[in-house]
Amino acid sequence: MDKIVIANRGEIALRIMKTCKRLGIGTVAVYSEADVDMPFVKEADEAFLLGPAQVQQSYLKADAIIDIAIRTGADAIHPGYGLLSENADFARKIQAAGIRFIGPEADTIVKMGDKIASRVTMQAAGVPVVSGTDEGIASLEEAILEATEIGYPIMLKASAGGGGIGMVRCDNEQALSQHFQSVKTRAKAYFGDDVVFLEKFITNARHIEVQIFGDSFGNVVHLFERNCSVQRRNQKVIEESPSPNLPEKAKKRLHQAAVDAAKAVSYKNAGTVEFIVDENNEFYFLEMNTRLQVEHPVTEEVTGYDLVEWQIEVADGKELPVKNQEDIKLSGHAIEFRIYAEHPVTFMPSPGTIVKLDWGNTDGVRIDTGYVEGGKVTPFYDPLISKVIVHAATREAAIQQSKAFLSKVEIDGLKTNLPLFNKFLSSETFTIGDYTTAVLPIWLEKQKESVEK
Amino acid sequence: MTPVKSTMAGTVFTVNVTEGEEVVVGQVVIVLESMKMEIPIEAETAGKVSAINVAVGDFVNEEDDLVIIEA
Repeated sequence: MDKIVIANRGEIALRIMKTCKRLGIGTVAVYSEADVDMPFVKEADEAFLLGPAQVQQSYLKADAIIDIAIRTGADAIHPGYGLLSENADFARKIQAAGIRFIGPEADTIVKMGDKIASRVTMQAAGVPVVSGTDEGIASLEEAILEATEIGYPIMLKASAGGGGIGMVRCDNEQALSQHFQSVKTRAKAYFGDDVVFLEKFITNARHIEVQIFGDSFGNVVHLFERNCSVQRRNQKVIEESPSPNLPEKAKKRLHQAAVDAAKAVSYKNAGTVEFIVDENNEFYFLEMNTRLQVEHPVTEEVTGYDLVEWQIEVADGKELPVKNQEDIKLSGHAIEFRIYAEHPVTFMPSPGTIVKLDWGNTDGVRIDTGYVEGGKVTPFYDPLISKVIVHAATREAAIQQSKAFLSKVEIDGLKTNLPLFNKFLSSETFTIGDYTTAVLPIWLEKQKESVEK
Repeated sequence: MTPVKSTMAGTVFTVNVTEGEEVVVGQVVIVLESMKMEIPIEAETAGKVSAINVAVGDFVNEEDDLVIIEA
């Protein structure tokens, strides 16, 4: 491969360019009017304006992006995460244009993008799923009947949903009645499809996912797990690998289930199998993400591999750089913090200009940032500013190093969630490591004032 | 006449009131979508909705007058 178009923005566009540069591959950025001054536009060898700020008029313009790839003579398009990354039509059109899509096959995206269909596929492959409905629910009456059968609390979910949007926990019939129509409406507005289904809500659950990789020769390996249970609004803010508080035996079973899941759909390229893990370390398939994840750096830190390089190799029709599972080793412990432009307690987005951005001493710390000092976080996109990744010999050392580092970071001009991390890192609930997906909201109940100070 | 102002820039996700409707303090009149989040905009005064200046899908800036309420 000689040239790659990056159909994304911010930190992930820069992250992909870094690997391209190292491999001697030319880079083409595409951008919106709001992103003209962003570092990823300047860093690319070539850059093309797509249109106005709104994603529909810029980053979601699949045909315009493919056209740029053709015009520039690019060999491949990397979609990053979000935006067009899990759009099967985009993948299909790229292939039809004789260009490589850096991701799985379009059919795999379709199969796993539909949550109901992926449940059914996984059950057939022997991967455990949470009890729920295997078909869309047409009416509220039907939903109530099914919910009674499954037992409350239940999760009402949009089949086409993702990114924490289009799902609501319902504790009883009243809550289900209240949310049924609004989840359908939101699903239609966000994903263009209003099919909803029900799943049993697992209480005291952890969200643990497994990084998998497949190639065109039938090789599938896993690159261990990531615990992503520290969440706000059903979206991750801290991820770590390996997962604390998960016995070796359970880990092995989890890894195997993820590999089985990937093999069941002849998975090619990078993917993530998300599981819900209960108090007894029983786990259930949640969904499969058919792209590079935001939190992939923690896996890179503990395995030492460059996942973007692996993606490019596989998309180029080559074998996985490492095919034998036994050769993939995990070393130490890595934690990632997502620094968002948002209020640390209410999580309200806080767009604005980053007047000051001082990371302090960055020795031994990985920072994947989309912005530099003076940059503007606009209201059009996800409020992620940067990801901070710390890798140390042990979890305790990684936490200590994270605390020391984050407490020295200075970001001014807008609100960020740094004050939240600085307090939360010292909490017993995090340091012990047996936390569930409810950890952050519960902890915040009591700590609100200390964070806001 | 009291305008209900946008608390931040974003796209109008839903308009929850109609012209002539009586609203109470704290009632959600508009929901904006910004940075992948839904932001409810509440009426700070009670009264009758005399004008709605935006439609679903419109992009609005912080401090824009979204809805006008007459006490």
